[in-house]
Amino acid sequence: MTQSEAVGAVGNVYPYGIRHTPEMIADLSRRAYEYRLQVLRMVYGRKSGHLGGAFSIAEILTALYFHHLRIDPSQPQWPERDRLVFSKGHACAMLYTVLAHRGFFPVEELSTFRSLDSRLQGHPEPAKTPGVEVPAGPLGHGVAIGAGMALAARMAGSRRRAYVIIGDGELDSGVIWEGLLVGAKFGLNHLAVILDYNGVQQTGTTAHVMPTEPIADKWAAFNWHTIEIHGHNMAEILDALDHADEVHGRPVVVIARTTKGKGVSFMENSPYWHGGIPDQQQYHAAAAELEQGARQWQI
Amino acid sequence: MANLIRNPFGEALPMRKAYGDALVELGRSRTDMVVLSADVSSSDFSNLFEAAFPDRFFNVGIAEPALVDVAVGLANGGLVPVANTFAFLFATRALEMVRTHLCYGKANVKLAGTYAGLSDSFDGPTHHSITDIAILRSLPNMTIVVPADPLAVAKLLPQVVETRGPVYFRICRNEVPRIFEAAYQPEIGKGIVLANGSDATVMACGVMVAKAIQAAAALAREGVAVRVVEMHTIKPLDTALVERCARETGAIVTVEEHSVIGGLGGAVAETLADRAPVPMERIGIADTFTESGPYEDLLRKYGLSAEAVVDAVHRVLARKCANDAREVAVRR
Repeated sequence: MTQSEAVGAVGNVYPYGIRHTPEMIADLSRRAYEYRLQVLRMVYGRKSGHLGGAFSIAEILTALYFHHLRIDPSQPQWPERDRLVFSKGHACAMLYTVLAHRGFFPVEELSTFRSLDSRLQGHPEPAKTPGVEVPAGPLGHGVAIGAGMALAARMAGSRRRAYVIIGDGELDSGVIWEGLLVGAKFGLNHLAVILDYNGVQQTGTTAHVMPTEPIADKWAAFNWHTIEIHGHNMAEILDALDHADEVHGRPVVVIARTTKGKGVSFMENSPYWHGGIPDQQQYHAAAAELEQGARQWQI
Repeated sequence: MANLIRNPFGEALPMRKAYGDALVELGRSRTDMVVLSADVSSSDFSNLFEAAFPDRFFNVGIAEPALVDVAVGLANGGLVPVANTFAFLFATRALEMVRTHLCYGKANVKLAGTYAGLSDSFDGPTHHSITDIAILRSLPNMTIVVPADPLAVAKLLPQVVETRGPVYFRICRNEVPRIFEAAYQPEIGKGIVLANGSDATVMACGVMVAKAIQAAAALAREGVAVRVVEMHTIKPLDTALVERCARETGAIVTVEEHSVIGGLGGAVAETLADRAPVPMERIGIADTFTESGPYEDLLRKYGLSAEAVVDAVHRVLARKCANDAREVAVRR
């Protein structure tokens, strides 16, 4: 398969509930690298966007959209769909890439990212982009919004679930902790938060900017069920999502230990690549590493 | 124009009680309505809804940002949330949530801001809400509705909930005289001419509608015929009515329990500047913080009385006459 075919093809979907196989793990892991490559092209092409946090969430978004979420791209407003709140909105190039490959809109449209008249705004806008549930960009909203979605699901007697992806920098925001209190008060087992703990935010490491460890203890103290995983290990991600669905009476947080800028050696763990734009040489070097990353999962 | 004004005014009733009763009444027919509170439900009487429909009431604690965000999630699930807290908190502490998710994201959430204006009078300037209209009016997609008496609360709340998208319902805390007859039928987005007159127009909202009516009666005794308009909807403003009143009466006075910056007066001034400039006076709170005190005394001290409206009409008429005289001189 050529590289452009790999990026352009709408990906195979592994139905919810099936047990993962080594082939499925390899396929989804390879695609996560291909989606990183797509995001690199979008951000390099527009000379604008956020690579580091998009790369750290690649495997998690791929797992959700190509296996775990019960969604129908032909009916983005299907009332019984699972909800995904993408709270770390700046990393939306990865969300758009995954939505397009899942069939919510044409893959060709990804090149319009952040352009005038595009449906793909600089940060997510639900009225413009099929598959986007709520705006994001100002950080910290996700947990409380997801709590409201989970309450609505429970009132409706529905099995639909709310999944919320937050970044670790968002933990600095007070409304995150308001959301934790609400989720615990109402025992929202329809709610799962996935914390992309990549350890880096705009001006430094989270340990330097605003220490949040011991983070699992904090969520546990708020009466959430906690699961900690390696956030780039596809098998661990899939298992954690299944595990989260089985927890009753409490909301769940999946603390995913990830690497900001994952897949490109010179971008990894560097605050610069929160919003840095590669020059031509860096672009080619990054693309080569991501292609290599995809190849390693080729069976 | 049927006579919509009680003469004399009816007994004063607490607006917050009227609001709580209206919530319960509407909750019977609108089973998709849910009510949220940031732990002030015994203040704004949304606890009446909690008692009637406990499964549809959520207290999120003293957490106004979460109050709005949880409502956004509920609205995403097809419910119609009415979020409740003190008026100033929606426009200040929860503002980013309101802007991003209600106005930009078009979430179908209603905000009931009680204790508006100076009505939480004794609690003082920290609790007075005199800039909320200005702040929220600047946000695209927002609708702002201000009821003037207990009947208006009951008649407007169903429309607030029915209106698609974000609506801010701004409610006084205190006892307000019943000013409207049963025939009063407000419609969101349309001002109501309560009394005819051609010398000047007084446009008022909220509890100041009663003061405007009293002022018009006093002016009538002097032989000044004032048109009284109730602008219960500040946004979208009934600009056609503003323009018509400007052309037909040639002078406008706005009256509101809010800062003179950016509220009803600001909205009317913008319309006049664009379409029909005429002399205009704004009755509201000067650009200042207020103080604790009894409600009526506070209103009077900060310039929100029928007498202040009468004085403003005199000023605007003097300017109108001066303009007319200049025009006559120019024509000669």
